[in-house]
Amino acid sequence: MSTSGPQKSLQRHPLAGWLMIAPAAVLIATFLIAPFILAFGYSFTNQRLISPNPTEFVGLRNFEQLIGVGTLVLSPETDDAGVVVRDDDGALQYPTVRSFTRANDDFPHLQGMQEWFGWNWGDDRVVVLARDLVFMKALTNTLIFVAVVAPVQSALALLLALMINQKLRGINIFRTIYFMPVVVSIVVVSLLWRFIYDGRNGLLNNLLEFLSFGLFQPIDWLGNPGTALWAIIAMSIWQAVGFHMVIWLSGLQTIPVSLYEAAEIEGANAWQKFRFVTWPGLRNTAVLIIVVITMQAFALFAQVDVMTNGGPVDSTQVLVFQAVQRGYEQQNIAGGSAISVILFVIVLTISLTQRYLTRER
Amino acid sequence: MTTIKMLAGALALTTALSTPAFAQTELSLWYHGAGNEVEREILLGIIEDFNTSQPDWTVVLEEFPQAAYNDSVVAAAVSGNLPDIIDVDGPVMPNWAWAGYMQPLQLSEGALDGFLPGAIGEYNGEVYSVGLWDAAVAMYARRSVLEEYGIRIPTLEEPWTLEEFDAALVTLDASGEFEYALDLGMADQGEWYPYAFGPFLWSFGGDMVDRTTYETAEGVLNGDEAVAFGDWWQSLFDRDLVPGTSQDMADRETGFIEGDYALQWNGNWFGVQTLDAVGDDLLFLPAPDFGNGPKIGGASWQFGVSATSANPEGASAFIEFAIQDEYLAAFSDGIGLVPATAEAAAMTENYSEGGPLEVFFALSEAQAMLRPVTPGYVFQALEFRKALSDISNGADVITALDAATDAINADIERNNGYAVAQ
Repeated sequence: MSTSGPQKSLQRHPLAGWLMIAPAAVLIATFLIAPFILAFGYSFTNQRLISPNPTEFVGLRNFEQLIGVGTLVLSPETDDAGVVVRDDDGALQYPTVRSFTRANDDFPHLQGMQEWFGWNWGDDRVVVLARDLVFMKALTNTLIFVAVVAPVQSALALLLALMINQKLRGINIFRTIYFMPVVVSIVVVSLLWRFIYDGRNGLLNNLLEFLSFGLFQPIDWLGNPGTALWAIIAMSIWQAVGFHMVIWLSGLQTIPVSLYEAAEIEGANAWQKFRFVTWPGLRNTAVLIIVVITMQAFALFAQVDVMTNGGPVDSTQVLVFQAVQRGYEQQNIAGGSAISVILFVIVLTISLTQRYLTRER
Repeated sequence: MTTIKMLAGALALTTALSTPAFAQTELSLWYHGAGNEVEREILLGIIEDFNTSQPDWTVVLEEFPQAAYNDSVVAAAVSGNLPDIIDVDGPVMPNWAWAGYMQPLQLSEGALDGFLPGAIGEYNGEVYSVGLWDAAVAMYARRSVLEEYGIRIPTLEEPWTLEEFDAALVTLDASGEFEYALDLGMADQGEWYPYAFGPFLWSFGGDMVDRTTYETAEGVLNGDEAVAFGDWWQSLFDRDLVPGTSQDMADRETGFIEGDYALQWNGNWFGVQTLDAVGDDLLFLPAPDFGNGPKIGGASWQFGVSATSANPEGASAFIEFAIQDEYLAAFSDGIGLVPATAEAAAMTENYSEGGPLEVFFALSEAQAMLRPVTPGYVFQALEFRKALSDISNGADVITALDAATDAINADIERNNGYAVAQ
């Protein structure tokens, strides 16, 4: 006993706990908290990656640049008699947006803005302009990505978890197969999927051609603005679904078997068992999974970086990719920081809302 | 214990071996070509010759993969760990010089006489870097193909005009013999875009930035000439004459050799291997003249001295030693680059009179134009690349060029016009 004496007293020393969390705490403080505070500070300056010029405080200018929007109502062109001009197809003619946004002193607040989207309002055309169109596209693409991936990935993961939560021979093989993409590096997975999506002789095109007996015309999945984001969404769902399947599975296995037996005796069918036993039992797991998937989806980067670089025509720009591009490639640390801060605010708001909606009542 | 002793012994031995007999000051050299054995051997040869040729300095080589090189230098500069001698890509040099990473070279009078202009890195009236080679781009073609379809073979004196070039592409496309009439190399989405396609814009009469002041891109990147270039550029993709941005890098490397592409816009570094595969039928044609003279990009990797070097005279001495004709010729023979002087060219296998790549030296001499010499070029290149990708993927030409112009102007403004710090 005498040998274990000093050991015991060390463990009970008031500093012991602090010492034990010290490695993690120091790392988190250095690589998470400090960069975050720096980014927050930089977003109000004109900090550059490389520059001999001193950093200056610029207030909210970075944010104004990013989220500035404006609207413009275009009236159709009229001829001298005041009658609207129509082209050969009968379509109305509008002045170009460019004539308002470039070197037009009557519209100083629209200087340098770009057309984001627009719609027709009677004969007039309403155009919404963005000061930073790439950022706006990145923002909408990110929101689309999250809105699709969060529900679809969690539902698919639940389906897989239910399917493999059975005592069948060889079920571990399926568990392993579904989990495999998770352990492969996302960069490798993205590279492989680039080949799968290849427009000339990618696996996907060949498969679809084979299944449709040659009727299917090959599509350049990643080179087409209409399909690129969806290609990345599909691949991302596939890649991480196994991870969430395992979490669902752990949730499933905490539900006592006795509840199912009781339901059986009551004469419940499979759907009723799921609806009234499984689903309530998975409540906390569901909250966790939705929050985790949402946050991971907002952090989308590697797939875009490897597969499309944000193209074609900004159809796969996303926030984190833009933050990195600006901060590092364009040497504009302040701009990248501002995007990070905006992303932080969005994710925080959504997470808090999710927590509020799923709170224990 | 024995392993530790052995380790210690080995350590002591290597230290003893690597310490030179007389006291030379160590100079570090960073190079971008990690992984290329030939380059490494030649460079090590030069370093060894230099180290034994004089008693004061000994140069030590450290290599980086090209993709990570610029980032490494920037990171080292931020943390104050720059080497004495750095290797820098020509168009990036003004950015690093402006940022205070580099200092002007201390070369003796006349050291750069006879050098190709693309091999001399000058910024703000001072020479900051010098290259042992330049690179050049040419239109790869097969004589038999051009003759078969009745297309005139252009010369340096009489290059293709826009109409001629475009008609040639249409003819080749209509033949149905090729997957695409021309391969531009859209798969190579890095510095290749501004380096290879910027000269098209210059020849049309536009530019990435107004070179008289370097303070705005308005009117040059979105002026009538640039829009004309953009329209033509987009039409290449609309008419399916060239592969688009989703081209595979493997197709880029083999497409012309295998006859899938009738023409290929490519650099001299592909010359030797293409020549091996295609043989005497291969032609290296000069850039077409789109209205303002035929142009290709100049400047490749060069050597410079870091601002924090404690021994700049030693670093400059090494660079002056390295730019001797025999080393220029060695690099050219080793990796196929255009030697920086005519004397060196005469000593090489490929660029001497009658050599298979001789034409590239003439191209460099006659057509090379530097990319905008300004610290803002790094940003301008990115915007130019984005505009070209977007236009090729169907974006509105004027909108894309306006967007690039605005972004470039905003960047110049953010940096106080890239004025040199006082």
